[in-house]
Amino acid sequence: MIYALLLIPAIAAVLSLIIRKDLLRRLILILASVSHTVITVIAWNVETKSLMGGWIDLDKPGLLFLTITSILFSACSFYAFWYLAVESGKRKQDFEEGLFFTNEPEAIFCSCLMAFLATMTLVTVSQHLGLMWVALEATTLASAPLIYFHRHHRSLEATWKYLLICSVGIALALLGNFFMVIAASVPEVSDKSMILSSMIEQAKLLNVPWLKAAFLLFLVGYGTKMGLAPLHTWLPDAHSEAPSVVSALLSGALLNCAFLGILRSFQVCSAAGLGQFCRELLVLFGLLSMAWAAIFILGQSDYKRMLAYSSVEHIGILALGIGIGAGATFGAMLHAVNHSLTKAMLFMTAGNILAVYKTKNTKSVSGIMTVLPVTGILWIAGFLAITGMPPFGIFLSEFTIVKSMFEQGKAGIAILFLAVLALIFIGMANVFINMAHGKKSDSVNVSDRRESVISVFPPIALGFLTLITGLYIPPVLNNLLHDVAVIMGGNL
Amino acid sequence: MNNTLDTIMIFLVLTNLALLGLSRLGTCIRIVAVQGVVLGLVPLLMNNWHFEIRLAAFSAVLIVLKGIVFPRLLTKAMRDIKTLREIEPFIGYSSSIALGTALLIICMWLSSHLPLPVETISELTVPVAFFTIMSGLLLIISRKKAITQVLGYLVMENGIYTFGVTLVEHQPVLVELGILLDVFVAVFVMGITMFHINREFDHIDTDQLSNLKV
Repeated sequence: MIYALLLIPAIAAVLSLIIRKDLLRRLILILASVSHTVITVIAWNVETKSLMGGWIDLDKPGLLFLTITSILFSACSFYAFWYLAVESGKRKQDFEEGLFFTNEPEAIFCSCLMAFLATMTLVTVSQHLGLMWVALEATTLASAPLIYFHRHHRSLEATWKYLLICSVGIALALLGNFFMVIAASVPEVSDKSMILSSMIEQAKLLNVPWLKAAFLLFLVGYGTKMGLAPLHTWLPDAHSEAPSVVSALLSGALLNCAFLGILRSFQVCSAAGLGQFCRELLVLFGLLSMAWAAIFILGQSDYKRMLAYSSVEHIGILALGIGIGAGATFGAMLHAVNHSLTKAMLFMTAGNILAVYKTKNTKSVSGIMTVLPVTGILWIAGFLAITGMPPFGIFLSEFTIVKSMFEQGKAGIAILFLAVLALIFIGMANVFINMAHGKKSDSVNVSDRRESVISVFPPIALGFLTLITGLYIPPVLNNLLHDVAVIMGGNL
Repeated sequence: MNNTLDTIMIFLVLTNLALLGLSRLGTCIRIVAVQGVVLGLVPLLMNNWHFEIRLAAFSAVLIVLKGIVFPRLLTKAMRDIKTLREIEPFIGYSSSIALGTALLIICMWLSSHLPLPVETISELTVPVAFFTIMSGLLLIISRKKAITQVLGYLVMENGIYTFGVTLVEHQPVLVELGILLDVFVAVFVMGITMFHINREFDHIDTDQLSNLKV
């Protein structure tokens, strides 16, 4: 089963390179993504066998993050089908500076998309810390060509920053891996393999200073990739220059995978009795990321960058939730689900807006409601969802986290948390409402005023899912989230 | 054996300092290649020169990659881009060396505060590995050319590898090969990107990649 999860996208990646017909390639993209999701759903009900002597296994946290990735990817594959059909063509004119550019060959784009899915799947099923590192670095390499889809100088700049900053960050995480091995090299530890379950079993025996240093390196290394401030600098550039479908995947799936990397090392450290030390660091980075994001969201003039900074904010909330512990851990896990769904929905909607308005400047976009009615509604719904308004899922997860803060007597953090959220709400409301309402911009061409079903259906589906998790968490999901929260040191 | 490893470590320190002080890219590429080859011999050395197919194969792959493939790739990039030297780095060459020396002292101090739980063959490995990582980072931060930044990344990787190979026994080969493969692809992708940067901008000065702000 796990083999199927890994092999389907890998084979599709190779096929995409071989096949000449564009349409067939796009269909394979959809077919592979949907079958990946179907197998993931089956994996919920069937016990999976561990492979390669325990190196690869699907445990509860892995299953949760795999499901998020897989669902997002399916939605994105439909959207990519539309996007590639619209974008195909030889030369294009850049709407910001008027220069001409070509797009990346579609075969490379599709192949990298599938390779991206394969590597992210490998991240979620790795039980061996070294293998996980290999998989995470591979996600960087598979996604770099995706950011450079539009071959012009701005996306190139974003790609270079992404490659270099993330590679350096991930290299630090590799050092963290070695530190972990050194921590385990004390004579008392019998099983020196880096398999998660055996590390956790013998965690108490590990050498504490080296383990602490290892966690720091993991946090900084994977934190770079996850987008924790102040290590997030690649994120707004990459998200704003990449095609919207790639931004959706980067934000919704990739950041979560990097987060899983941090969580794995957190599992080992908290089993070793370093929980408090790790939690304090996570709270610090979480709050810093939220505050940092708030500053850049206020007065942001590019709506894709605004969404990117919003990702930094929500990544901060995830780290904060794990750092607070107890009930907030459950909240953070629920938040990971909701944020991914909502953010992917928003990026796709932003892509639809961009396709018609041909500008990323918030001031030049107005009257989406009259020009594109469905997209306009999605834009407003997405805004309400991402800022944590009921009845959407993010409201529930943020509420759970705040509640747990008050229960633990951490009112100071809670007030800071709410204040930053309020600030972000104001900053985003200003932009989103002005874009949705008002007269239609002069720059909009009347002939562009059409919404194809396939471009609005994926965001509607994702928005609907996050609405469901806000109103009623299905018992299966609730149980899984609960189990993951217990594994990550939270008790309800 | 102890002496050999110590010598290699000192060699690493010297090459790092040389990299910080040199402006000619061709020389820098060659120095990084030599570093890689010397480090490629370390796994054999750690095993007392006993021949073992697994180790020999790993060493061979390492030496071929770091000693032949990477330098070729980078030299080709350098020729295509038609630059021979790094001009006006953010931090000058003599100040880079001074900074490097300061970093070396800091690394010595740092490693004395982080005692190893196991005995090592050479006391120098931890501080030198730290120093190599730091030098790589310094190169990435303080140089303008994309090619020097890739070199910095490779030096940093060499430092991390020093850690891995001298202190971590019984690493599974699969992980090592995976790491190596990732580094290889990373350099490859960076090389391609560099080529595109050159075509798009007619230079590879990354300080002029500054259109995306806030």
